[in-house]
This record gives sequence, C-alpha cells and structure tokens, in this order.
Amino acid sequence: MDIVNTPNTTDISSSAKLTSGRRNRFSYALRKAPLNVKLCFAIVAVYLFAAFFADLIAPFGESELVSREPFASWNGINLFGTDQLGRDVLSRLIYGARNSIGIAIITTSIAFLMGGTLGIIAAFFRGWVDQVVSRLIDILMAIPGLIFALMLLSVFGTSIQNLILIIAILDSTRVFRLARALAMDVAVSDYVESAQVRGENLLWIITQEILPNILPILVAEFGLRFCFVLLTTSSLSFLGLGVPPPMADWGSMVRENASLITYGDITPLIPAVAIALITVAVNFIVDWYLQIRGGSNG
Amino acid sequence: MILRNLKMIPPLIRTIISRLLLGVLTLVAVSVIIFSTVSMLPGNFATAILGQSATPETVAAFKSRLGLDQPVATRYFNWVGGILHGDLGESLSSSPGAPRFVADIISSRLRNTFLLASVTALIAVPLSIVLGVLCALYRGAAFDRVVNGISLTTISIPEFLIAYILLIFVAVRLRWLPTLSNVKDGMDVAEWVRRMTLPVLVLTIGIIAHMMRMTRSAIIGVLSSPYIHMAKCKGASPARVILRHALPNAWAPIANVVAVNLAYLVVGVVVVETVFVYPGIGQTMVDAVRTRDLPLVQACALIFASAYILLNLVADIIAISTNPKLLHPR
Repeated sequence: MDIVNTPNTTDISSSAKLTSGRRNRFSYALRKAPLNVKLCFAIVAVYLFAAFFADLIAPFGESELVSREPFASWNGINLFGTDQLGRDVLSRLIYGARNSIGIAIITTSIAFLMGGTLGIIAAFFRGWVDQVVSRLIDILMAIPGLIFALMLLSVFGTSIQNLILIIAILDSTRVFRLARALAMDVAVSDYVESAQVRGENLLWIITQEILPNILPILVAEFGLRFCFVLLTTSSLSFLGLGVPPPMADWGSMVRENASLITYGDITPLIPAVAIALITVAVNFIVDWYLQIRGGSNG
Repeated sequence: MILRNLKMIPPLIRTIISRLLLGVLTLVAVSVIIFSTVSMLPGNFATAILGQSATPETVAAFKSRLGLDQPVATRYFNWVGGILHGDLGESLSSSPGAPRFVADIISSRLRNTFLLASVTALIAVPLSIVLGVLCALYRGAAFDRVVNGISLTTISIPEFLIAYILLIFVAVRLRWLPTLSNVKDGMDVAEWVRRMTLPVLVLTIGIIAHMMRMTRSAIIGVLSSPYIHMAKCKGASPARVILRHALPNAWAPIANVVAVNLAYLVVGVVVVETVFVYPGIGQTMVDAVRTRDLPLVQACALIFASAYILLNLVADIIAISTNPKLLHPR
C-alpha cells in the first residue's frame, strides 16, 4: 500500500489534552502489540543503550590494541576474538553501535530537515517555486543514489562530514517527494487558508498548521529512511569508502575481517548481523505503526 | 497546423513520444550533472592526488589533462562528443608512454555486468510476480504471512550479509560452489555458470522481496474496485478474478516496481561484484573511486545512470501502453 494517505482530521490537535490522549492510545497499542513488535522495541532499546553507554560497557577501548595476535579466535578475554590488528571485536562492535547509528541518525535528520522544509514550501507556494524545485529534484533522483554518492565521494574525498552531507542531500530528495505530496493535500485545506487570512507568517503555517498534519507519516518514513541510510553508509564503509579507519563502524568491520570468511569463520558476519537486526526491527516497528494508524483511521 | 496534427495522433502514441522526449532530456541533464562534478573539485584536488611534493608544472599538466584549463562549455561538448564516438577519455592511471583508455578498461567489464544483471532479472522478475500474485490470492493466510515476514526481513538486511552467509555455507562449508566469481574469457560455459551462481542468487534475493510486495499490494489495491466485486458476484473463481480481472489493471504499478528494482539492481551489483570479485563495472567503479580516477568514475556513473533512466523509461512506456484508459480512448 502506498503510505501517502491523508491523516484523519480528528487525529489533529495541538491542544495538550488530545496530545496526551494520543500518547495514551500509543502506549495502549504498544501493550496490545504482537510479541514480535515488542521484541523489536526491545532490540532497539538495547542498541540505544549500547550506543549511549559504550564507554561503560565495552571491555576495551575503541582502537586499543589488546592482543599481539591478529584474528585471535573467540576466547575468555576477547569474547568474539580480535580483528586484523589485534583489537577486541566485541568492544568495536559496541562502539560501532554509537558510530554507525549516530551517523545514520544525523544523516537522516539533516535529510528530513532539508527535504521536509523544501517539500512543504513547494507544496505551499505551488506555481513556479514548486516547478523549479521539483524538476531539480527529479533530475537528482534520475541518478541512482549509491552511484551518485560514489561519484561525489571521489570528487570530495572520503571523510565523515562528506559522507553525512552527501548521503543527506541525496536522501532528502525522497523526503522532499513525500513531504510535498502530503503537504499538497493539507496546504489547500480551510484551516491553512484561514491561518493565511489571519496573517500568520510562513514559519507558523509550516510548523503549526501543515507539519502536525503530516507528521505521523513522516515519522514512519523517518524509520524507513534511517534503515536505508544505515544500509547505504554501511555499504559504503564496506566498500572502503565510508567511515575512515580507525573508527569502529559495522560496515568497515565486515570489510576488515572479511578474509576470515574463506576459513569458514563467522566472526565477520557479527557486525553485518548487527546492522541487519536493527534495520529489521525498525522495519517491523514501522510496519506495525502504519497498521495501527491505518486501523484507527478506519 | 502543428497543433491540429498533434491532435490526430492517438493519445497513446502522443504520450509515449512525450515520455521519450522527456527521457532524452533527463539523460542530457544527468550528463551535465555528472560532468559538472569535476568542476566542483576542491582547489587542492591536484595536490591531494599528486602528493604534497607536486611542482606547479605537474599540477598544471595534470589540470590540462583533466581539461580544467579550458572553458566549461567547450569541455562539456568535447566530452559528450567523445562519448558519442565511443571515446570516454583517458584514465588517470595512464602514464605518459602508455595511455589507458577508459573505453578499453570498461568494455569487457560492462558486458560481464550486463550478463549478471540480465540473468538475475530473468529469474527474479517472473518469480516475484508469481509470488506476489499467490500472496494476493491467499492474503491473510499462513503462506502470505510467512512470505511477507521473510520478504520484510530480506529487504532490510545489507546485501553483503546475504552474500557472506551464502558464501560461508554454500561455498566454504559445503564446497558446492567456488568462493570467487573471477570469470575470464575462454572459460568453459559450465565453469562460468558455476562461478556466476552465487552472485546471481544474492542479487535475486536482494530484489525479489520488494517486487513481490509491491505486486501483492498493487493487486490488492485493485481488488476493492467495483468491477472486481462484479466479477465475484457473477461467480468467477478467486484465481480467475485475480488473473483475468485484477492483474491486467495492475500491470502499470507492477511495471513501475519492476523497473525501479531493476534499476536498484544496478546499484546492488556494485556490492555483490566486490564481495565475489566478479570482474564487472561496479567493481571497476569502486576501485576508481578509491584511486580518485575521475574520468573512469564519470564514465561508470554515466553508464549506471543511463541504464537507470532507460529502465524507468521502459517502465513508464509499459505503464502507459497497458493503461486501458489510453488504449481505448473515448
């Protein structure tokens, strides 16, 4: 199903009473959620915990050389063994949660800020503003994302800032499309018109009138885009063009330990599974969220 | 006059022609973007590539080799003109005595990638449409839920995980297939097939889920229409309702999804080729990005982008030409 459906007007209110009502309904829905959705929430919570408290729970430092033996097998001290330089794989995995998830969240946020704002503005003004921005975005979208990212990285060089900015700009095109489509319907509604007649400024209309009405779907999209960004940045790191060493990053970790695969050792799969687990969890949560929203909309 | 002539053309042809023109326009715009990225080069690019010890003379020579000393428009038309003649320029890896032409580096690899992508498409597209139709037919049943869960999972995991899992179990532990897919010219066909199996499998798993899910939802979307209700009321079997009444009206969204995913295949090959050391254009591009060999990167990007645009164009045309409203204008 396309997720572009207009939210029901009864859902919409800026008053505190109804907001708390919505929160109650959410926690009620969460309690009633199927077991696998609860499990997904638990997984996300564990990841966030690892990301926030990496310094406390990781047994060794991020790039600390703990063993003279590279590629040590799993043992009591280094639970998942050591990597190609003799660093603790488990510790790097935990720091990787901070770096990989952090980079993905920052990138997605920038993409939403840019794409969302532009999308709403294009929908609000229509006319030539919309035409110019939309055509530009169309052209950007005509180039496959990863390919465009590769090209820009070869021009600007690989660094974390470049990675975040390039992926954010490329990803904001998709956000723009969605935000514009959603805001199109809202921008012609009576209450936006009455806000205009009232003389509210553009910022007010965007943040107080349009945004609250398209927010639920944008939230769901944020989850999906986060997964996509995490997969893209990990793929780039895996190709050796993303997060530069010695930072711990799941994609880079797969690449660094990949030679173990040919000996049948599954250690390189662990960071890849770490990526998979959180993206699957977020995807299932978004799927569930859209379902309960669809249900409450009738 | 022209306007009246335009009106004489059937709407179907007219829409297709306008789509084709739009496609050409997009291609031109994309080539401008790909070209102009070189102009966005940071000022220190030459020293970054040549090293700190580069003398002003070598930097100037380097810039003239990239054509950076000529006006932008001239450079663009030279570049496009060269491409139209099959001349993609010189790779930065070429030394003064031994030029390496981008076209030579790419040509055989392009064929390999094309082979990989088309074999994958031939397997994945029919399979996902059949699975999608079956899911729509048995929606809500155990089969649908299981396939749905699996597909949601495969959508959200990185390709290199699928690749490595298959590599460990099928190639390393069971030793059924080789771990590397370094195909060469002159290899016999059986060996070629054996080496290509794993990459094709990984790519198929990667794109099938999305196509299948969208096929399912496209058909289910159509199922709420009045004519489906009518078909059910007159007693048509569920299979007949879906195959004869729903599917023809769902072709347009399905064609779109297929094209989007085939275009996505273009991206997927980059990772898969790297994992399996398959000598394709994706691997070439990654290596070129690493060495910042811009002419090579540009050529690869242009090829990938053209394939992507072309596939989307084909999808649009299929969607238009299967649209009953355009096929049977009033």
